Amino acid sequence: MSTSAFVGETYRKRLIVFYIPLFLFVFAMLFPFFWMLITSIKTDAELYNRRVSPFLVRDPTFEHWRMLFQDTLFLQWVWNTLWVAVVSTGISLFAGVLGGYALARLTFRGSTVFSIWIFITYLVPPALLFIPLTGVMSFFGLMDSRASLMFAYPTFLVPFCIWLLIGYFQTIPKELEECARIDGATRVQAMVKIVLPLAVPGILSAGIFAFTLSWNEFLYALVFLSSPENKTVPVGVTGELILGDVFFWGPLMAGALFGSVPVAIVYSFFVEHYVSGMTGAVKG
Amino acid sequence: MADTSAATARARVSASRAGEKSRTSWLTTQLEDERVLGYVLLVPAFLLIIVFIAYPFALGVWMALTDKVVGQPGSFVGLANFAKLLDSDIFRTAAWNTVFFTVVATAIKAALGMWLAVLLNRKFRLSRVTRAAVLLPFIVPTVLSTLVWLWMLDGTFSVFNWILRWLWDLELSVFGLVVKEDFGYIRGPNWLGDPAWAMGSIIMANVWRGLPFFAISFLAALQTVPTELYDAAEIDGASGWRKFWNVTLPMIKPVAIVVVVFSFVVTFADFQLVYVLTRGGPYNSTHLLATLAYQISMHAGNLGEGAATALFMVPLLFVVIVLQLTYLRRIGVD
Amino acid sequence: MAQILIKDLYKSYGETPAVRGINLTIDENEFVVLVGPSGCGKTTTLRMIAGLEHITAGEIYIGERLINDVPPRDRDIAMVFQNYALYPHMTVHENMSFGLRLRKLPKDEIGRRVREAAEILDIGELLDRRPKQLSGGQRQRVAMGRAIVRNPDAFLFDEPLSNLDAKLRVQMRTEIKLIHQRVRTTVVYVTHDQVEAMTLADRIVVMNDGVVEQVAPPQEMYDHPATRFVAGFIGSPAMNFLPCKLTGNGSGLSVILSDGIRLNVPANRESRYRDYADRDLMFGIRPEHLTEQRQHTNAEQQDFTCKVGVLEPMGIDTMVFMNIEGADVCARAAPRSVKGPGEDMMFTIDMQNMHLIDPESDRIL
Repeated sequence: MSTSAFVGETYRKRLIVFYIPLFLFVFAMLFPFFWMLITSIKTDAELYNRRVSPFLVRDPTFEHWRMLFQDTLFLQWVWNTLWVAVVSTGISLFAGVLGGYALARLTFRGSTVFSIWIFITYLVPPALLFIPLTGVMSFFGLMDSRASLMFAYPTFLVPFCIWLLIGYFQTIPKELEECARIDGATRVQAMVKIVLPLAVPGILSAGIFAFTLSWNEFLYALVFLSSPENKTVPVGVTGELILGDVFFWGPLMAGALFGSVPVAIVYSFFVEHYVSGMTGAVKG
Repeated sequence: MADTSAATARARVSASRAGEKSRTSWLTTQLEDERVLGYVLLVPAFLLIIVFIAYPFALGVWMALTDKVVGQPGSFVGLANFAKLLDSDIFRTAAWNTVFFTVVATAIKAALGMWLAVLLNRKFRLSRVTRAAVLLPFIVPTVLSTLVWLWMLDGTFSVFNWILRWLWDLELSVFGLVVKEDFGYIRGPNWLGDPAWAMGSIIMANVWRGLPFFAISFLAALQTVPTELYDAAEIDGASGWRKFWNVTLPMIKPVAIVVVVFSFVVTFADFQLVYVLTRGGPYNSTHLLATLAYQISMHAGNLGEGAATALFMVPLLFVVIVLQLTYLRRIGVD
Repeated sequence: MAQILIKDLYKSYGETPAVRGINLTIDENEFVVLVGPSGCGKTTTLRMIAGLEHITAGEIYIGERLINDVPPRDRDIAMVFQNYALYPHMTVHENMSFGLRLRKLPKDEIGRRVREAAEILDIGELLDRRPKQLSGGQRQRVAMGRAIVRNPDAFLFDEPLSNLDAKLRVQMRTEIKLIHQRVRTTVVYVTHDQVEAMTLADRIVVMNDGVVEQVAPPQEMYDHPATRFVAGFIGSPAMNFLPCKLTGNGSGLSVILSDGIRLNVPANRESRYRDYADRDLMFGIRPEHLTEQRQHTNAEQQDFTCKVGVLEPMGIDTMVFMNIEGADVCARAAPRSVKGPGEDMMFTIDMQNMHLIDPESDRIL
């Protein structure tokens, strides 16, 4: 609550109702990442010894990291994921900006109905579509190719981008466009020269969020890709580093760690945009 | 002013000529009509939705009515797939699991998320960093963070069990009852291998991942509540708890409902968590509709039956969507 | 610099009519103010002239050209919006030159026009700033500058002063008038503020409920309102309306406001009102024509007594409120002449300026 809640609050009370719970939350949220890190730098001998404290690293090694980068296709998977994420984000932003603008700003027959459909598709989960989409992808000859994901990801990204951007476009005063049109701009010029530059923060939010969603997607990638060299990070790490029942925990945790790093970096640069994308997506 | 107006007159002539030129362009004229422009701008989105959502959905419905298996054209079997599923124990367990998992996980996430949001809404040093850090579980790839849960919940090497044993040992050694050599051989719960624990473990991992979304969304809503309301409530003598109950909750209710519904849909269709942690086991006790559909279609190759399994998500999704739409209408979004 | 002609203009949103048949001719270089309460259709009318609203029925001409289907950019008009609508991502210079750049004017011509307009508006110092670095008054000037550089056929203003504080509003009002005198052009100006309308307009158009109530120059509008709505809308404090009965008194006519107040109708109006004798009518008188008892300066001034209700000192005058047969009445009296609340006070009413309204048509007789 506001600072006024602090008035008359003793340090002891603050410790109990605020600092301790907050610390526990933060600890719980971050502990798994800590665990990823220390698992990845332990020797196998240490990893599988139940008698020593798992919290300490006696003999740090980068062997698992080396294995991940040299003995697996991890870097290829990173490249695949990046490529897929960039292209599908690009496609989605293109369709989303145009569609969001149309639905936010223009009145035409069917615009309300279309908005509702966008909203419904926004809530359709991949788990509902992956079986028939497999058929569609083989029809286009896209199975086991990165292109299949570039077209599949926009199915959830486009509705998301449109929904988010409708909300953002609505915050830009209509008069700016009207004034531009009176000043001599066509509708298209008013959109390109006035509205889009002002919508950059919203477009960026949508883009960042779409990028992380594509980076993290699992089900479509699992179903559409089969060759190891085409896989994305999530599918590659889970599929190629687990052989039957044998878990290579060191490289697995190294893979989890380094597979998370790129999104974490993008995220750290654009925290505010990410958060506004996330909350904007919900508020609509 | 005389020469000025002469110059402006010239300029006006050239200006209107420029206007004349653009007026002749057929496309420009057409796009000036918002009814035309609206449709044109929606073409890319529309094509994507038709080809990759609407058509697959229709195809899925059709497949669910056939006995299609991988590599062979199926023949129409009516509602046989659905009847077969309703008759199967595994399916009934999966359906019940899905509802149970969704409701319990969403409820815990909402409650804890609200608590965390209220904590984060206070002013303290490092608050920005804390907020950013708390969101981390939500942004990293779910399968990858689930792998670390798989490791932490491992039957043999679970860190939680190590802590439990350590505490147990500590207590016993305080009473001098146990010899050190026994350490490491007292078993903790088999988190993922024991049907009694597996669903709870999955819910725990889901809460960990989804909690930041609730916390940060609720936090954004909390920040829109005007401080004067709290001041007024304080002057009226309201305690901290009463302020939360009578001021905060009603003010953020619209956002809270949307967040809960949204998360409900995502949790409902969750696939990765169960796929990585248990693959539906032990003894199919943790299957959700999504993982069951995957197992039936991709492992067993029964595409028709798999599609039918996935379609069982539709009724509940439909209810949620309708509720959400009517609610959005009522609060005047759109 | 062109005439604007509006013929039978209709606008409806679905079933709801917003403008219900307007006919209006705005002459070249004329400053016309559309005034009325919110929802009266004035802004809708302006937006139809601008091309921002589709015209449901009727015709609008600018100059000789029918512009119903002409997009806004080809209408050769400029508009100043209530929230100024300055492009936040452009400097003042870029804001002002936006329209000229779209029309692909030569660079030096653009620069010259912007400098000229900046000089007229005294904003030469601000050309490199961005809108959010400007004060409300400066934004207002830039918005006008953006219109002036275009040198359009007509200027449209949509409540341009309503976002300014009271003092600045008065100042900018004067300035707009000055600018219109320097940059002669046709102006259509929309406001809900009757003082703005009175001070700025060559002609005022009072609108109500989607129709034009009256079109007249300010003083004529004030002296001879055509309808009860106009009479009540123009002038502050507003005209008093009292139910009355018109009766014959031998040779002349008189107005009965209450048992005690019976006023003679001026002889030169008798023929005008004769047909309405013995009917229930509405009597209208402006507060300034209802004063403390004074030396009569013409034959039509009459006195009556009434109990004082509330006093509102304004400094130069004191408003005296009283109640006559259930109607609240306001008089404008010299501060030192007023009696205390509850006391009886003598008033002088100038019947030369009386109005009679037919309650069935709400028209002034």
